[in-house]
Amino acid sequence: MFTVIGERINTTLKKVKSATENRDEAYIKNDVITQEKSGATYIDVNAGARIGHEEEDMRWLLSVVQSATTLPLCLDSPDPAILEMAYSLVERPPMINSISLEKDRFEPMMQFLKGKNCRIIALCMDDSGMPKSVDDIFCRAKALVEELEKIGFKRNDIFIDPLIQPMSVDAANGTMVFKAVEKIMTELQGVHTTGGLSNISYGLPQRKVINRIFLAMLMAKGFDSAILDPLDSAIMAVLKTADMLQGEDAFCMNYLKAVRAGSIVA
Amino acid sequence: MSHIDTIQKTLITGDEETLLDQVREALDQGVAPQDILSQALIAGMDIVGERMESGEMFIPEVLMSAQAMGRAVEILKPLLGDEESASSGRIIIGTVKGDLHDIGKNLVVMMLESSGFEVTDLGVDVSPDDFLKAIEEVNPHIVGLSALLTTTIPMMRETVSKIIESGKRDTLKIMVGGAPVNQEFADEIGADAYAADAGAASKLAKSMLG
Repeated sequence: MFTVIGERINTTLKKVKSATENRDEAYIKNDVITQEKSGATYIDVNAGARIGHEEEDMRWLLSVVQSATTLPLCLDSPDPAILEMAYSLVERPPMINSISLEKDRFEPMMQFLKGKNCRIIALCMDDSGMPKSVDDIFCRAKALVEELEKIGFKRNDIFIDPLIQPMSVDAANGTMVFKAVEKIMTELQGVHTTGGLSNISYGLPQRKVINRIFLAMLMAKGFDSAILDPLDSAIMAVLKTADMLQGEDAFCMNYLKAVRAGSIVA
Repeated sequence: MSHIDTIQKTLITGDEETLLDQVREALDQGVAPQDILSQALIAGMDIVGERMESGEMFIPEVLMSAQAMGRAVEILKPLLGDEESASSGRIIIGTVKGDLHDIGKNLVVMMLESSGFEVTDLGVDVSPDDFLKAIEEVNPHIVGLSALLTTTIPMMRETVSKIIESGKRDTLKIMVGGAPVNQEFADEIGADAYAADAGAASKLAKSMLG
């Protein structure tokens, strides 16, 4: 099952930021309901853009979001204190976004994660910088899985983010991710892979075309989750079609349903 | 069309082989190397920078032109007198401590070098102390700070404060950039300028020192 993490409740987005500032419940509720209707299976909540207000914003967003949906949440913050507060307020086990091997992040996050009932997104990032090869990505992924398993995480609850980098600066950035995802899904059996797709198209025009084709190509390598905008009907159409093409859709049922609903059009 | 115009146009297309042929041809015909550098190449990259800012040209195209220019400069360098090859100014740049993002910064470095500046790239995760050390060593005209994470914005503020504390503030200009940065923030922390992309950065650098 492909896990769709709806990315829209993020205070870096202008409308969400101002709705949060103005405590506009209706705006947030409506957005969440629409994301769910469009196929989100997790709702990401990120309150980091209003510097100095993250705690109160997160608190408020969590109460509003949970009044609009029973979907599990993806708690998105680099601050373990915020995550601790947010974890105490969620009504069902959340996903945590994220941990990485960077020194300043790894220890505090491992402390936070001990004994928690949650899923975790693990970024293939360490202090030596952006990954430059398939091996870089895979070694970091392996290290993260080993560390998380040591504190009791099951592979089914680990979502590896291979760190998607733009094509515009290096023509090898796409194939690097394809090969890394394939290696991770083959050799670290049982884990999931995820990520925000839009980085791949940074610096190029017609980004949405690139993003959705990238998704299809990733899925062919086993990529089974993504942080994306479920209201982007074109990318959701690609997702359903790719799912069907991989034999994940019995009798092409979901595909046909989507076509009849008018959401998949040639 | 003059040699200068032809070379400038070719630089904008990013066609390296043709560019190098045209530069060699111009030199053979007696065009001064300094004129080729400033009127054709640097002026050409100015146009590339503007088109990048306006969205007419995209990152891979800018990279192609910059790469071609680099090769052309290799041909010209040995022919330039010391005075002629002097830079437009010294710039140090880095991504602030806690942040490992470098794509934007690298593009800025490339555009600034193509504009004739001497750039010292301190890399990523650069502490305020390392910035101060570099300021001491290089004595730059401009210090560039880059950050992509909202969580490293406070570090940008701290870095500027440390520069002010060191007493070096009046000896240089500070330029900031990165996705979470904007003009308002730049003003608030006491930076001299904010640039939204590499094209803007190079234009601003020129006007700051011009």
